[in-house]
Amino acid sequence: MPASTPSRVNDFSVKIATVNGTGSASANTLLMKSIFRSGIPVMGKNYFPSNIQGLPTWYEIRITRDGYVARSGQIDLMVAMNAETYARDVKEIAPGGYLVYDSTWPRPALLKREDITVIGVPLARLCNENFNGVRTRILMKNICYAGVLAALLDLDLARIRELLAETYAKKPQLVDSNMKAIQLGYDYARENFACPLPLHVQKMKRTAGHIMIDGNTAAALGCLFAGATVAAWYPITPSTSLMDAFKMFGDRMRVDPATGRRNFAFIQAEDELAAIGMVIGAMWNGARAFTATSGPGISLMNEFLGLAYYAEVPAVVFDIQRVGPSTGMPTRTQQGDLMLCAYASHGDTRHVCLYPANPEECFYMAVQAFDLAERLQTPVMVMSDLDIGMNDWMCPDLKWDDSYRPDRGKVLSKEEVLKLEKFYRFIDKDGDGITPRTLPGVHPKAAYFARGSGHNQFGAYTEDATDYQVVLDRLVKKWATARKLVPRALIDATAGSRVGIVSVGSCDGAIREAQDVLRARGVGVDYMRVRAFPFGEDVEKFLEAHELLFVVEQNRDAQLRSLLTLESAVDKSKLRSLLHYNGLPISSAFIVEGVLAELQPGRHAQPRDAAHG
Amino acid sequence: MTFIAKPKVAHPSLPKNALGFTRRDYEGALSTLCAGCGHDSITAAIVEASWGLAIEPQNMVKLSGIGCSSKTTAYFVSGGHGFNSVHGRMPSIAMGANAANRTLTYIGVSGDGDTLSIGLGQFCHAIRRNLNMLYIIENNGVYGLTKGQFSASADIGTKAKKGEVNFQPPIDPVLLAMTLGATFVARSFSGDKEQLVPLIQAGLRHQGFALIDVLSPCVTFNDHEGSTKSYAYTREHYEPAVHADFVPLEREIIADYGPGETLPVLMHDGSRIVLRKLEGAYDPTNRATAAAQIQERMKSGEYLTGLLYVDAQPSQSEFHAVNATPDVPLNSVPFETLSPGSKGLQKVLARYR
Repeated sequence: MPASTPSRVNDFSVKIATVNGTGSASANTLLMKSIFRSGIPVMGKNYFPSNIQGLPTWYEIRITRDGYVARSGQIDLMVAMNAETYARDVKEIAPGGYLVYDSTWPRPALLKREDITVIGVPLARLCNENFNGVRTRILMKNICYAGVLAALLDLDLARIRELLAETYAKKPQLVDSNMKAIQLGYDYARENFACPLPLHVQKMKRTAGHIMIDGNTAAALGCLFAGATVAAWYPITPSTSLMDAFKMFGDRMRVDPATGRRNFAFIQAEDELAAIGMVIGAMWNGARAFTATSGPGISLMNEFLGLAYYAEVPAVVFDIQRVGPSTGMPTRTQQGDLMLCAYASHGDTRHVCLYPANPEECFYMAVQAFDLAERLQTPVMVMSDLDIGMNDWMCPDLKWDDSYRPDRGKVLSKEEVLKLEKFYRFIDKDGDGITPRTLPGVHPKAAYFARGSGHNQFGAYTEDATDYQVVLDRLVKKWATARKLVPRALIDATAGSRVGIVSVGSCDGAIREAQDVLRARGVGVDYMRVRAFPFGEDVEKFLEAHELLFVVEQNRDAQLRSLLTLESAVDKSKLRSLLHYNGLPISSAFIVEGVLAELQPGRHAQPRDAAHG
Repeated sequence: MTFIAKPKVAHPSLPKNALGFTRRDYEGALSTLCAGCGHDSITAAIVEASWGLAIEPQNMVKLSGIGCSSKTTAYFVSGGHGFNSVHGRMPSIAMGANAANRTLTYIGVSGDGDTLSIGLGQFCHAIRRNLNMLYIIENNGVYGLTKGQFSASADIGTKAKKGEVNFQPPIDPVLLAMTLGATFVARSFSGDKEQLVPLIQAGLRHQGFALIDVLSPCVTFNDHEGSTKSYAYTREHYEPAVHADFVPLEREIIADYGPGETLPVLMHDGSRIVLRKLEGAYDPTNRATAAAQIQERMKSGEYLTGLLYVDAQPSQSEFHAVNATPDVPLNSVPFETLSPGSKGLQKVLARYR
């Protein structure tokens, strides 16, 4: 037996390799939630295939007493349930780690590693002896490994039963059968191995006031609370669950109990072009409307986004980014649409983008997106990604301020229109570049013609050089107003360092952990996370104030770096890119290594991707 | 240019509708289309129809895509909002606008390129959703703004101005719409105002998707010998099958038709369409036989016109009926009703602990 790892209570990562469509998702959720309910911060990442049944899938659970939200970059315990991926799964375990596998069938190849502890449990045999039916046996085998882990990691069985009871509230017989499978695994592990392992969990009180939620659900809640009434979309991974969640919440909270009427329209469009068209039509007509999509959908929406920009119609678009180019890897994460969204469509266009870093921000930024879109009369894109959107994150409780009222922007009422001698759509009276609009149905005097063709400030068609330019130049003023209205960057300059990290979105968790690790090694770095495009004054100042800046992002072509060089005065030579783009969420280890390799050139840098997947 | 407003000089003796408006109140900017363009006659028919129905001008929402036909929404009802969107995508703008406010009257004007080529998908899906709007195709078989290419409605054997012959089969919007389950399908001719005006009125009042395919010759690029969409050819080959008179709720049916010849169809709001059969065996309430007859006649190069199919009470399949949205427009449901507030949020969060 190899030497075991030192006790790592509440600080380790477990990875579970299974076959998709076999019920492992329930087992993994069960494990994660039972740990969360025991007061221990936990992170869960799902690496699933673009497939319904039969392909490899993994789930990574990080138990993290310090409340980190990113991958550590190391796997301490692997549950290898998929014969197809055994070899690579075993390889991924950190020295001193553990392997749990189904020993019903001999796997001599597994024993080749001397530096890990192998724990064989005859899961299939146990389930075959205790359950009937092929499908049941497969499902129960996966619940059974949750029982094994409960024993090895010292999870609370009462919590697990409580969770099963909640999940199967309407089918109580399933609670007993699932619990039976849990107990089978639990008892077998207790009888055959020294339980718990040195790495195990211990109750804490660090999850009070927190929830486990995915970003798509949180964003959908934001739309519901912001008063969105029209939702149009075309199904695309990984955005679909946002729309599913909106419908679920709508069906629960937006139906008039007396009449059964639904205070929202939910439209599955024929494609993304139609989806964005519907959003634009609805917001032009005074409803709060949104769509959710991913990169391929944004590509298709380009023409309409240009129309909304130039015709000055509000729209809210959630881009749950996935791996590109083209179809790419639909179930893997990336930040590959930063450039595409910033300048979507032909001609001179620029779009307001918001960059949430976690589900909590998805909720708040969803609300902000509607306010900004209506205030600025322009599309606003909320750029989440698969990691934020589809994984469960531990977040502080979402809060709602009951005094919030939507900012509907400059929309003239009938009375206001009647006071005017004549209404002109595009005349800027107060210099902020935003001109008052009207809604259809108000009064004949309020009527105007929205168009994507050249128009003058009166709203009429034009091919006149000067008249055209007046409108285009005013849009630049509006952009300057947007710069003041969008969320500011979050800046941590406590290190007071000449070195800074600049990043965006879901890199945040890994960066904050990396800052801690670097600090422990005597390297202090400041950190700025941009939260919106256009960049504000604060971004300019941070870039100016630091001598060396690591730009951390999850794409190959350094898109955030490109945006910074295009839209700020920063000296390019100060910028060093740390790029992670293999489809897995970025880890803290990747950033630590990247920073140290630059700052301590003598130090041997490990190849980034090979080491940390 | 289209921003040149027509002078509103109304002679006091001009007839007024129920709202006290004259026909001039339903006009728009000056047309910039070619002199003699069929589209301008359709615009005039829309003005006449809207005036006749006494629609509040601000309640009319005018939608279009790109092309000669799409420009025309600027030429009628200047008191209504207009949205000239992108090529072939008008139906989605209409869908969103209608979802936001179901109480307004939506009219979309499109062309054969905008509808049958670049916009074919959106056209079909608007029909599937039974979006409550009147959709007019100003069909001339040719691309005008880009100077004379065939469109998807060009007939086999028709000749372009420079002599090129079309060999691809046309897409017929009428047959397509009938196949897709449209509940109001009509065909007309820009030169037949007597037929067109009541069709537009009935289409505007129809509770669901109403299509009128209007043959509308292009005087510049498709009015020559050898073209099957010229004025001369259309006049010769169009065959009124059913005449439809629109009778608003407010007006009694004046029995000037002999019994047996006419078929009054009751609409959702109590208005009636009085159908007068001009073709012996044609039944505009039977989708299957109507489609078969249209197709049969097409083989011999004839276009049956009139209200070719109608299901006057399709309210069950209309978008808002299917979605059970309230009678109040969604854009005016109070925020307090829409947002569950902090207490609502607390309840939701319990699921995620």
